[in-house]
Amino acid sequence: MSRRKVTVAVTGLNNIDSPGPGIPVIRGIKESDDLDARIIGLAYEHLEPGIYMKDLVDKTYMIPYPAEGKDALFERLMEIHEKENLDIIIPNFDAELFSFIKLENRLADAGIKTYLPSIHQFEERNKSNLPAFGEKYGITVPRGTEVFSIQDMNNTLRSMNYPVMVKGKYYDAYPAHSFEQAVSYFEKLTAKWGFPVILQEFIKGTEVNIIALGDGEGNLIACVPMRKQYITDKGKAWGGITIDDESLHRIAKKIITMTKWKGGMELELIRSSTNELYLLEINPRIPAWVYLAVGAGQNIPEALVKLTLGMEVNPFTRYDVGKMFIRYSYDMIVDLELFSRLTTTGEL
Amino acid sequence: MFIKENIALSENGFVFNPSTGDSFTMNNTGKEVIMMIKEGKDLTLIADIMVDRYDVDRNTLERYLADFLNDLNVYNLLEEEL
Repeated sequence: MSRRKVTVAVTGLNNIDSPGPGIPVIRGIKESDDLDARIIGLAYEHLEPGIYMKDLVDKTYMIPYPAEGKDALFERLMEIHEKENLDIIIPNFDAELFSFIKLENRLADAGIKTYLPSIHQFEERNKSNLPAFGEKYGITVPRGTEVFSIQDMNNTLRSMNYPVMVKGKYYDAYPAHSFEQAVSYFEKLTAKWGFPVILQEFIKGTEVNIIALGDGEGNLIACVPMRKQYITDKGKAWGGITIDDESLHRIAKKIITMTKWKGGMELELIRSSTNELYLLEINPRIPAWVYLAVGAGQNIPEALVKLTLGMEVNPFTRYDVGKMFIRYSYDMIVDLELFSRLTTTGEL
Repeated sequence: MFIKENIALSENGFVFNPSTGDSFTMNNTGKEVIMMIKEGKDLTLIADIMVDRYDVDRNTLERYLADFLNDLNVYNLLEEEL
């Protein structure tokens, strides 16, 4: 059977110490037996390593930061589309998802498909809305609240016990053991991600993560739970292992089914010392450790592309338990000429 | 007392709990004890066998065995609370 040709644009080429999911997503797509994919990288920074990985990324274009607004993004995507005739875009950053969801119809009119949650689904699982989300769907979440100022935080912390998790709007979380520490994290997080900052009850236990894919009809297409084995100082998994725990499958199925989630998601959970599962966060996109799921038998990026193209995808029924990933860093040697071409023309 | 059914134990003493992702390395005596528990032997019989097999008095052996079983319980490898 001949493989279906498809041009897929992917963001998140920042394969750095806090990696974006772009490169593992591309690896999954490239390994498909059914797809013959041309990969177009979409980058925000000139030094995103994926730009220079020519065995994985056929061509890269710079795109404007989300702060420049969705119209600037759309305009740039149309310029790229004119040259590359894109079939699909897979956005991989939380911060850009809002714009891509808002542009879904305009992109579709231009012939570019996406496979994203609705704005309602996206907002509902927002960190600051998580307590309401838990209540609505019957899922245990740590107590949490959003704060917009240090005064606000001071008032909130009076009713909480230390340590408290101080979390950024999109990324990053720190345990604060005192008000002074909380203030320092508040300033760090607002400088980087803006307002609000989320204060969340600290739950002691073992963190587990689940990658899941929903078809928007309430069906769980893919689900692989993972336990981090090696965590960097940025809290990112540098090694992990697939695990088999029925309660994790149940919670993923419950969330995908009840929310009718469309697209990839990552659930961050913690199992407390009393064996209770708390949902810490729902990330509304494929996580950077997705290649572990591919290696364990669930090629989620391939399934996502097929769903986006309207191809039939049967839910995965198994994966290898005890499959590990170990991340590594690797130095590429890049000629200045490539870098200068990218910085001057915005494409490579 | 049982070792949880899904616990994987390899010949070289590597123990993997697929529910939690935890893994452990047993020394030879630990591996022997865990194998005997898996085979369904009770603690008295395990103690008899170990006293016969090794140069150890019964009191010392039973103390070590109790410590070891407590560790297995703490690490969530046993089906029942001790």
